[in-house]
Formats: sequence, C-alpha cells, structure tokens
Amino acid sequence: MELTLKKRKKKTIIPGFSLTLGYTMIYLSIIVLLPLSMIFFNTLSMSWSEFYETITHPRAVASYKLTLGTALAAGIINVVFGTIIAWVLIRYDFPGKKLVDGIVDLPFALPTAVAGIALATLYSPNGWIGQFFDFKIAYSPLGIIIALTFIGLPFVVRTVQPVLQNLSSEVEEASASLGANRVQTFLKVIFPELLPAMITGFSLAFARSLGEYGSIVFIAGNIPMKTEITPLIIMTKLEQYDYVGATAIATVMLVASFLFLFIINIIQWYTNRKFNQY
Amino acid sequence: MTKSIEVQQDASPIINRKAIKSYALQESAIVKWSLITISLLFLALFLILPLITIFVTALEKGWATYVASITHPDALAAIKLTLTVVLIVVPLNTIFGVAAAWVITKFNFKGRNLLITLIDLPFAVSPVIAGLIFILLFGAQGLFGEWLYQHDIRIVFALPGIILATIFVTFPFVARELIPLMQMQGVTEEEASMSLGASGFKTFWLVTLPNIKWGLLYGIILCNARTIGEFGAVSVVSGHIRGLTNTMPLHIEILYNEYQFTAAFAVASLMSILAIITIVIKNIIEWKAKEV
Repeated sequence: MELTLKKRKKKTIIPGFSLTLGYTMIYLSIIVLLPLSMIFFNTLSMSWSEFYETITHPRAVASYKLTLGTALAAGIINVVFGTIIAWVLIRYDFPGKKLVDGIVDLPFALPTAVAGIALATLYSPNGWIGQFFDFKIAYSPLGIIIALTFIGLPFVVRTVQPVLQNLSSEVEEASASLGANRVQTFLKVIFPELLPAMITGFSLAFARSLGEYGSIVFIAGNIPMKTEITPLIIMTKLEQYDYVGATAIATVMLVASFLFLFIINIIQWYTNRKFNQY
Repeated sequence: MTKSIEVQQDASPIINRKAIKSYALQESAIVKWSLITISLLFLALFLILPLITIFVTALEKGWATYVASITHPDALAAIKLTLTVVLIVVPLNTIFGVAAAWVITKFNFKGRNLLITLIDLPFAVSPVIAGLIFILLFGAQGLFGEWLYQHDIRIVFALPGIILATIFVTFPFVARELIPLMQMQGVTEEEASMSLGASGFKTFWLVTLPNIKWGLLYGIILCNARTIGEFGAVSVVSGHIRGLTNTMPLHIEILYNEYQFTAAFAVASLMSILAIITIVIKNIIEWKAKEV
C-alpha cells in the first residue's frame, strides 16, 4: 500500500485519491460486503448434517433442477431470437424499425412484478394467447421459461448489436470474392465474430434468470416439486421464520452463481483466444 | 509503392460491390423478410402483447374505476413510498458511482480489478438473497437485532430496510456506465486543468462532468427504473404492511393476489407509463451522446 501510494504521487497530479477510495470502500463494505458475508457467517454456524439435509431436501433439489433447466431453455431461446433481432435491426431497413429498437429495452424498464402479472394474464388458459393451446402455459414450467425469456432478451440483443455494427464489410466482401456463398460467409466469417458476444449475452441473461423472482411468481403457479423455483423456496422459508434453512439454500444459490460466472469467464477467455489468433 | 496500394484499396471495394452484389453479400429478399417477420412476431408475443394487456385490463371496467383504483389511499401511500425510496436511493448510488468511477479510472492502484469485480457483485445475487442478508443483519434474530430492539430502532419491515435492500440491488448501475466511459477519456484533460491551477473540485465540475454527463444520466435512468420496480428484495424486507411499507410493485402483488385484477393493472399501467418514459429518455440520451 505504501509503495503504491508513493508511485502514484510521482505519476499524477489528479486529486481525490484517498477521499474517493475511502468513500468507495466504506460504502461498498456497508452495503455489499458486510451484509453478504452474513450468508456465509450464518451458514458456518450450522452443523454439517443440518446444512446437508436442508440443501438436499427433495423439494429443494427439484427447485434447483427447475431453476437451472428453465434458465437454460430461456437462455437458448434468447440467444437464437436475440441474435436474429439484433441482425434485423442492424442490417435491414423496414418501417417502424426505430420503435422496434426502442421496445427491446422494455424488460429493462418495466418492473418485474408488472411483467409477471401481464404475462400470467396473457398466457393463462383464458388469456389472449393461452386460449389457443390445449396444454397449460402459465402455471407450468413453460410459463417460467416465457417469463425468463422476457427478462433476458435485451441482454442478448444489446450485446450482439454493437459487435454486428462494428463488423467491417471488407471481411464479408473478401469472403464473397473468394467464392463463398452467403451461408458459408455467415457460418465461417460472421458467426465466429458474433460468438463471444452471444456467449456474453447468454451468460448475462442466464445469471439474471437464476435469481429472478418477481416476473416468475405470478406465472409459475408455485406448486412444490413442480413449478417452485429456488428463490421462492427461500421466500417460503423466510415466511415460516426458518432463517437457518433460508440461509442454507441462499448459500447454494450464491455458490452456484459465482461458479457459473467463473466458468463463463474461462469460456470467454478461451473463445476470444481461439478466434483472435490470426 | 505506398501510393499504388492506397489506390488499390480505394478501388477494389467498389468493383467488388458492383461485380458480386446481391446473393454473395446480401441475403435474398425471402430470407430478409422471413427474419424480419420472425423478429416482429417474437417481439409481439413476448413484449408488445404483454404491454397491451396491461392497459386493456386496466381500462376494462371504465375510466371511473381506473381513476378510483389509482387514487385509493393505499395506492397513493404506495406511490408516495416508492417516490421516497427513489429520492433517497438514486442520489446515494449516483454519488457512489461517480466516486468509484473516479478512483478506478483516474488512478492506478493495487486491487483495482478486484474493486471492479466487487462493485458488480450485486448483479450476481438474487434479489431475494439481497433482502435476506438485511434480515440476517437487522432482523429480530439478526446480528444487530437485539441491540436495535433495545434502542427501539426499526430497520427491517420499515423504510430503512426497504432503502438498504434497494441500494444493494441498484448498487452497480451508475458506476458501471461511468467506468468504461471515463477509462476511454483518460486523464489528460484533468491533468491540464490541474496544472493550469484549477482546484480539484473545479476540475471535476468544469472538465470531467461535462464529458461524462450523458453516460451519467444514462446510469441514473437505469438505476431509477430498477429502483422504482424492485420487487424481490423489497418483498423480503418490507413486511407488506398496507399503507405503510408497501411500495408500488408490492401493492400490485397484493391486489393481484386478492383477485382485484382491474385495480392491480391500473397501478401497473402507471408503472408501465414510467417505463415507456424511461425508454424514450434513454433514446434521447443515446441520440444526444452520439451528436457530441
């Protein structure tokens, strides 16, 4: 610390280092670090068997599978359609394009609870869309996937869009003049450039989906073992004043989220390296 | 030598475009319009129809019922509480965002990357867990629970808890917008201002702030939207006390669960209008930022 401070004094005349660093650290510690450490602190006070029993309870395990499965499904749907939408918005002109581009941000701006009740009404058996299907969409895992697709879409569109925008047309022209057809050019030239952005968009949407609560509770039906997501298990335990149980499940979720972000960072690093070799 | 290359580079794309045009460089009209149709259908099913549902259901029973729903005392109390939370949370996170971005982008120090990661941490945490951690700290059985009870201070199931949980959830928004922007702008302008004798505060106010104003505004807009709409975290710490600790999203939840759909969607429509305004402002900011 001493050393870095000395170095800094030689290098810069910009003021406010101690003030802003101190303020940032204090605010970060009070709001994020101290409260978040409570999860691990409280978990440590549990016995191993108690912890293990809580987190491997069949209802909890069913919720992990449901949360992971629906988040994965919604992530894949969003990568496919989000990339198509980004492509259409960058490459084509059509009437109302500006409006379409704006509406993509709706899930960022609309409160999750509002999205939740709107989707539940729309996709319920008597809803505008739900009535056309023989099977249930709302109050089944399908409903959860729909809510997560809503929440995650802008993450993919907004990460792929700038990459597509900055793609130089020369590479495509080179590919075409060397005799590749459009499909080949897309698969061999454009797609590898888009892939890192698609992975980033997927992981942002997926990470958000793992913890999502507001948009799901209304459309899921919340039937234990069937349509009960992990955040809802925490909620239920809290309502029963089972703070210990809630904390144990929260630990699993936190560890899973951090592990996922770690893996994504590795994949990201690997794809960047692989495709930027030349 | 260099000149001939330049000429070639200038000439070749023109020849290419004219020579190979259409199918090698562009999709056929069928592919193009199918992709546009798929996109529009997808957006209609997932984004536009839900938005229309909100307004149609809200106005289903007429204008009078709509007005009655949004002027109900509980609804007004919820609107007031949400405004209070916004007025406290957004300025606090804005000040933090500016301070954090300043220290991260204007100085080199050990642990800088770790600090960036820590600031992003709340995005990786479920809102429900964001609420839970404040219960573990300030709840009756929490770390400070006993002390708070003895001194008759209420944090959880009261306004301070709602504010803390919301600050946690919206923590990274402003900092995240500012860090890449200020990184790109570097320190030369500030250094020039300082060496010409301006004070640190003057340098920030007259040099840095004009440079970052659109990015800052963008971060504030995003932070504001999330603050208004936060549900999971607030739901855990609020205790759902009607007229007292119900924010607008929580009020909507209660109405919906009581099958008062029209009233629920009436309040939801207000929040949707706010969301649409947010998107419009966001687009104006992007347009202005490009202009500069």
